[in-house]
Amino acid sequence: MLVFVQLFKQILVNVALLLWATLTYAAPQKIVSLNLCTDQLLMLLADPNQIASLSKIVDDPNVSFLAKKAAEFRKNRGDAEEIFMNSPDLVVAGVYTEKATVQILQSLGVRVEIFPIEQNFDDIVENIRKMGLLVGHSDRAKRMINDFNIRLEELRSGITERPRAAIYSANGYTTGTDTMSGQILKTAGFQNITEEVGMSFGGTLPLETLVMLQPDFVITGKAYPGHSRSEEILKHPALRPFKGITQTDAKWICGTPAVLDAVAELQHAHPEKGLR
Amino acid sequence: MRLGLFLISLVVLLFLCSLLIGHTQAPLSNSLKALISGQGPLGTVMQDIRLPRAILALLVGGSLGLSGAAMQGYLRNPLAEPGLIGISGSASLGAVLSLQTGFAATFWLALPLSALGMSVFAVFLIILLAGRQGSSLTLILAGIAISALAGAMTSLVLNLSPNPYATAEIVFWMMGSLADRSFDHVWITLPFCIVGAMMILSLGPALNALTLGEDTAQTIGINLVKTRYVLVIGVAAMIGATTAVAGAVGFVGLVVPHILRRWVKSQPSRLMWASMLGGAAIVLAADILVRLVLPDRDLKLGVVMAILGAPLFLHLIYKTRAESL
Repeated sequence: MLVFVQLFKQILVNVALLLWATLTYAAPQKIVSLNLCTDQLLMLLADPNQIASLSKIVDDPNVSFLAKKAAEFRKNRGDAEEIFMNSPDLVVAGVYTEKATVQILQSLGVRVEIFPIEQNFDDIVENIRKMGLLVGHSDRAKRMINDFNIRLEELRSGITERPRAAIYSANGYTTGTDTMSGQILKTAGFQNITEEVGMSFGGTLPLETLVMLQPDFVITGKAYPGHSRSEEILKHPALRPFKGITQTDAKWICGTPAVLDAVAELQHAHPEKGLR
Repeated sequence: MRLGLFLISLVVLLFLCSLLIGHTQAPLSNSLKALISGQGPLGTVMQDIRLPRAILALLVGGSLGLSGAAMQGYLRNPLAEPGLIGISGSASLGAVLSLQTGFAATFWLALPLSALGMSVFAVFLIILLAGRQGSSLTLILAGIAISALAGAMTSLVLNLSPNPYATAEIVFWMMGSLADRSFDHVWITLPFCIVGAMMILSLGPALNALTLGEDTAQTIGINLVKTRYVLVIGVAAMIGATTAVAGAVGFVGLVVPHILRRWVKSQPSRLMWASMLGGAAIVLAADILVRLVLPDRDLKLGVVMAILGAPLFLHLIYKTRAESL
C-alpha cells in the first residue's frame, strides 16, 4: 500500500513538473525583438518583464509611435553576438531583418519567429494573433483584434463619395493600394490616384504627372531633420495649390491598431466623415 | 558678330526645346498657350516646373562658361576650369554645410552666400598656389588637392546628417542635376549671377591687355590687384550661387572656351561673351538629353557633360599636340 502511495506521489510530482515546464515554454520570459514593427507589437501584447530588448530604431519618434513607452526597455544593435550572449528564449524579427543574423541565431539553437510584412488589415489581425500566441497572451490579442474590427467597421461605414488623393513622398515616390499606406487611404474613403496610372504597389510619379492628374488631396510625409534634396520636392511651388491633409507619420509604418488612428486623422478631410 | 547671332539663336532654340520636353505630352500650341496664360494643370507644369528648370540651365551654363573663359584668360592657362580646380566642389561644401546646419533657412540669400564664401576661399587658394606665372602642372595639382578635400568633406557632412536621404545625395553634389527645381531656386541664384557676370564682363579690357604680359598690361594702366579681386568675387558669386541649387557640373567651363577660342581669334573679352552663351547652350542641351535618355531616373547633368565633354576634350588635346609638333 505504502508503495502505491509513494508511486502516486512520484507521478503527481512528475506531472506537476511537466505542467510547469509546458507552461513556462508557452510563455517565453526573455524575448528579443529585431524589427521596428515586432518591437511595437511586442510592447502592445507582452508583459514588460517578458521583453529583454528591442531594436534601436524604436526610440525614434519619426518612425515609432510607441517611442516614449520604448524608453524603459533595453535596446539591441541587432548583431548575432550581442543577442546570443543575452540568451533569449524567443527572438522575433521581420522578413527584412538581416538574413545572416537570423541564420546564425537559428544555427546556435535560438528560437526565431519571423513576422511577414502587413499589406492589408487582415495581415495586421493575423500578426496580432501570432504575437499573442507566441508571448502567451492570446486573450489580450483576441480583445485587441475585437476592438480593432469594431472600430474598423465604424470608420468604414457611411462612405459613398471617394475624393481622389495621392500619397507623395521624398524623390516623388507615390504609394499604391497594395501597401499599408494605400489601405489606410482606401479605408478612410479616398480613391488613390495610382489606380488611374496602374501602379498597385507604387513607384516614382514625376511631379509633372502628379500635377496633370489633379488629385483633390495630396498627402505628404513629414520631413526628417537635417536637409535633403529628395524632400525638397514636397515643398515645390507646383504642389502648393493642392489641399494637404495630414502628413504620413509613425502610425503609417507598421501594422498595429494605430493605423486606425491614421485613418481617423485622414477622415477629418473627408466630405462625409469630416464633419463629425 | 555672326558668331554672336548664331549662339544667341542656338540658346533661344534650346531654351524653347527645354520648355517643350517633359513627361507630359501636349500639343505644341497648347503648351505655349499654357506657358503664357498659366491656366489649368498644364499651365502649372509649364510655369512652375519647366520654366524655372530652363532658366536655371541657362544660368548654370552661362556662369560656368563665363567663369571658365575668365579664369583661363587671367591665369593664361587653358586648364583653369571651375569644376576641375575645385571651385565648384568648394561651393558644394559651403552649400551642404549651410543646409545641414540649418543656416540656409535663416534668410533667403543664406544658401548662395555660404556657397559663395567657400568658393571665394577656393579661388583665392588656387591663385595663391598656382599664381599667374604658375605652370599648368601646379594649377592642376592645387586643383586636385582642393577638390579632393572639398569632396571628402562634403561626403562626410552628408554621411553625418540625421536625414536618411542625405547620404544618397553625395552624387547630386558631385554631379549636379536640375530635376524639379523651382522659382524659389531661380530667385536665390539670379542676383548673384547678374552681379557676378557684370563684374567679370567688365574685366574684358584688362584680360585683353594681360595677353601681352603683366608688365605691358601695367604700363597700359591696368590695375592688376583690382583685376584679381573682381575676378575672384565674380567667379565665386556665379559658381557659388549656381552650385548651391544645381550641384557641381563639370567640363562646361573647359570644353566651351576650347571650342569657341578659334572663332574669336583668342581674344579674352570676346571669348567671355561667346563662352557665356555657349555654356548656356551646352547645359540646356545636356539637360534636354537627361530627360530624353532616362526620363524616370534623374540622370545627373555632370554625367552627360562628362560623356559629351571628355572625348571632345581628349580630341582637342590630341589636336593641339599634333599642331605643336
